[in-house]
Amino acid sequence: MTSTAGAAPPVPTAPADGADAALTHVPVEDGRRRGLTGYLLILPGLAWLLIFFVIPFYSLVATSLYDPSGSDLRGYDMTYHVQNYWTAIQEYWEPLLRSLWYGAIATALCLVLGYVLAYAIAFKAGRWKNLMLVLVIAPFFTSFLLRTLSWKLILADDGYVVDFLQTIHLLGEDGRLLATPVAVVAGLTYNFLPFMVLPLFASVDKIDHRLIEASSDLYANSFVGFWKVTWPLSLPGVVSGTLLTFIPAVGDYINQELLGSPNQRMIGSVIQSQFTNANNYPIAAALSMILMLLILVMVLFYVRKAGTEELL
Amino acid sequence: MSQVVETASPTADGATYDGLRLRGVTKSFGAFTAVRELDLDIPKGSFFALLGPSGCGKTTTLRMVAGLETPTSGSITLAGNDITYAKPYRRPVNTVFQNYALFPHLDIYENVAFGLKRRKVGDVEAKVRDMLSLVELDTQARKHPAQLSGGQQQRVALARALINQPEVLLLDEPLGALDLKLRRGMQIELKRIQTEVGLTFVHVTHDQEEAMTMADTVAVMNGGVIEQMGAPEELYENPHTTFVANFLGQSNLIEGLIKGRSADVVTVDMHGVDVSIPAERSHADGDRGWIGIRPEKVLIGDPGEQLDAPGNSIPGGVVTDVSFVGVSTQYLVRMPWGQELQVFQQNTGHRRLYRTGESVELSWRPEYAFLLDSSQDVAAGSDRDDD
Repeated sequence: MTSTAGAAPPVPTAPADGADAALTHVPVEDGRRRGLTGYLLILPGLAWLLIFFVIPFYSLVATSLYDPSGSDLRGYDMTYHVQNYWTAIQEYWEPLLRSLWYGAIATALCLVLGYVLAYAIAFKAGRWKNLMLVLVIAPFFTSFLLRTLSWKLILADDGYVVDFLQTIHLLGEDGRLLATPVAVVAGLTYNFLPFMVLPLFASVDKIDHRLIEASSDLYANSFVGFWKVTWPLSLPGVVSGTLLTFIPAVGDYINQELLGSPNQRMIGSVIQSQFTNANNYPIAAALSMILMLLILVMVLFYVRKAGTEELL
Repeated sequence: MSQVVETASPTADGATYDGLRLRGVTKSFGAFTAVRELDLDIPKGSFFALLGPSGCGKTTTLRMVAGLETPTSGSITLAGNDITYAKPYRRPVNTVFQNYALFPHLDIYENVAFGLKRRKVGDVEAKVRDMLSLVELDTQARKHPAQLSGGQQQRVALARALINQPEVLLLDEPLGALDLKLRRGMQIELKRIQTEVGLTFVHVTHDQEEAMTMADTVAVMNGGVIEQMGAPEELYENPHTTFVANFLGQSNLIEGLIKGRSADVVTVDMHGVDVSIPAERSHADGDRGWIGIRPEKVLIGDPGEQLDAPGNSIPGGVVTDVSFVGVSTQYLVRMPWGQELQVFQQNTGHRRLYRTGESVELSWRPEYAFLLDSSQDVAAGSDRDDD
């Protein structure tokens, strides 16, 4: 065996080497051309980013540094007025914190509800799997605004929910749900639930059922098996789902304006009114920047903590 | 776990049997019955193989022992304890899964430590180190499963199960995903480990060579029932059914009319030639049967030559095919009644090679032949795909 292996190679390898060299010559040139094609292919994407992200972002940063003495009619002077940020925080720290708080509660509720739903669709739905997924997405066929408005009916003072809660004395005689934080958080949870369910489903569905069998073979009961195997394997879905829920929920103002009251004012609402009603562009821009930076820092910290950097 | 000091040999009573015992186990999936009325005794400390083609019910049997399937009826006892309906995590049984099922999010160390940590066993670190060195993976402890080769993953799966010192270790085609060379190496390794740790191994495989080289006892399964069970050499030398005769190695099966039975010999008319078969190797009832003879037991010689096999000598053969394999030469010989028989001749240098078209005479010692029931399918078990 070894003697033939040792003796045979020199003869056939010599021409093979030549062929190899000839073969490797082609891919190199091919690779270079493919590289150029690659750059050409990302041009539309780059153009998109430039027009719809870089330029608006630049404009936002610039606006946030304008002198507050100007107005949209008279124009603004660029005075690098960093003071805008301090003013914005001083005046609006309350809605800013409230937004983060509401966003966090809504995300946590979405995670609990969404995980149960995603798990059931992935592992228990059987042949109903696709139908259930369609049902998760179905609300998107109606406008966001309409869906939120219909929650106004559901939670109305003379509606069934309030009636029922009053009968079981969870709510006082004159207690209400509308214009309370409960209504705002419920609206946020409802509206962003699909953004949680879909990435969670994608992760949970990929989990090999044999791994769960292996964990039960290795003395893990179903509870321990879930925490040690299913949950960690679904973490990528948990992280992307919470990001997709938390980020838009924090910036949302429709739910607060339709279901809440000025007492539950969120930062999105403040920014909106600063831009459109108060015409205070520099403060609105500064608030937008602060919100963006806050979310960015929190997301980076969160993703680092969850050990799922590859998602970014 | 069972520290019962009991020297008594296995008795009929399940309560005192210290091995794994299956009684009347049936598993149906809807209309399909995967395992039918299975009775099995697997002695403690043995290396037991369940051998059969895919779909024969061997994996279902294994999964019922592991607790991953619940039997439709019947009972499973281990060392006298009824575990038929026990949860998998409550059984002193561990499994090496077919595709290993290693936890991809845990490193090798954590994979191996998984069972110990769940049972809150002390001194995990030292035990994992010992186990990793037993399977020669000490240097890979901090790698993740995806970074290891197939053979290494297989050893991790083995270590992860073995470290729990189960009363029974179940192996579900554990070598199926490995290439031939690695598989042979791992077979020897597994056998060595089994001897070293002295646990009961139940090995499921469709590879007859693997079953025979590793196991003390092989049960050949087909269609949800056990066809025959015994030591590998016993199964090979004295198969009771055509399925076993064909599935384990190769057999020449020739039709014959039973002429007479005496206390120790059955005489059979094989297309005009009388051959005799020892009574303990006869498994045919009626007046017909399949005479079986392994190709390497058949001697080939010139017509009229005195071969070393008094008794059965069959003239009139013509060589139709010759394959020189190296250690042996394989002939196909067409007999007067039209059937082609296989003959393997060792290349000892004492015998000459025959060429296609030459007339030959075949012979075998009567004690090597066996007789099977004519009601069985002559081709049963022969159309397996050997991968």
